[in-house]
Amino acid sequence: MPAAGVVLIIAVLLIVLALVYYLVSTIFALRQITSGLDEAIASVVEIIEKSGPVADVVKDINANLDAGVDLLEGLLVKKAGLVDSMGLVEGLYPGAAAEGLRNFPDSQTVRPPRISEVYTKGTLTLARLGREAPIAAASPNGPVLRNIEGGSLDARSLYPENRQTRPEKLPKSPVIGTGAPVQYPPSEQRGGTTPDQAEIREKGQWAETAAEGIVPAELGGSDAPREMLAEDRQLGSSVLGGTTGSDEPATESGIDARAGDEADATSDGGPEPPNGAEPDLKDAAAAPRQVDADDRS
Amino acid sequence: MTLWWIGDVLLLVVVLPVVVYLLKGVLDAASGIVPSVRRIAAAAQAGSKDLDAVPLLLTTQAHAKQTVEVVAGYGGSLDVIIDDAEEE
Repeated sequence: MPAAGVVLIIAVLLIVLALVYYLVSTIFALRQITSGLDEAIASVVEIIEKSGPVADVVKDINANLDAGVDLLEGLLVKKAGLVDSMGLVEGLYPGAAAEGLRNFPDSQTVRPPRISEVYTKGTLTLARLGREAPIAAASPNGPVLRNIEGGSLDARSLYPENRQTRPEKLPKSPVIGTGAPVQYPPSEQRGGTTPDQAEIREKGQWAETAAEGIVPAELGGSDAPREMLAEDRQLGSSVLGGTTGSDEPATESGIDARAGDEADATSDGGPEPPNGAEPDLKDAAAAPRQVDADDRS
Repeated sequence: MTLWWIGDVLLLVVVLPVVVYLLKGVLDAASGIVPSVRRIAAAAQAGSKDLDAVPLLLTTQAHAKQTVEVVAGYGGSLDVIIDDAEEE
């Protein structure tokens, strides 16, 4: 066999060997790929099967939550009104009022009242629930814990006067000032009661001045004719107010003036120290003030 | 005879390197896919494992329904015991 033929055979063998090596290696790599893809496909199928019912379940949960939100928003607006509702929302969650209520588009344009600046969050919450809130504890009917009717009334007392219900058993406050049903000229009364003849005799002639008023009407007192008064018209307005014109004490027991007749400043008043307690003499040795020393000299 | 030698040289110098180059490229590409496929399989398994908590959504669904029912009952009670806001 010629040498060229031998070389040809060797070259072909080399090519075949190269083909076998690389093709076998490629086959192994492709088998690994196939195995990996099988695992991935199995996992993807699991994902599809597991996530299949998610959409329906989540949709149902959202529907229930939407119903809850609709219910709570509607109840809040129905009971408190749209404006106060936004005030409550803003008070409990600052900044939330700007987003408004979902079912009430007008709520975004409402300017929420600053309810939280008057009542704290806790007071509002407790008053809303009617449970021993400070504002409810002061009720004349007592604490409103589990008192449904009282809780409702005290919750309403959070609102201005035109939304409150006055307690029926309490007497109304006396009307004073220019709106009082009985008007008394200012010269007849300058605070306190009008001194009668017995009081004038007891206190002396100066008491008659009080009976006539500090400035009599003929000298331009407050009840003088309008032409005698100054140009300041506001003095005739309701800002001056007035007294009730009644000697009836404002409280049930009134003020017992005799309580101070026999009072002794050295023995009465001040805290009662416990038995055996030493007196507080920490300031006894202090030097007198310069003003007091000058007064003595 | 000369043609035989020329053919031998072509086989050894041209054909064999080209065949080796092409086969090596195929093998490198196939080998490069293997780690990617393994990562994909691992990610798919992890994703499938994460979805094991999906059945808990059924519990969440039931709880949400019960909660809304309680809220509805409480709201209905409040609707009865608290007066409506006054019309302005």
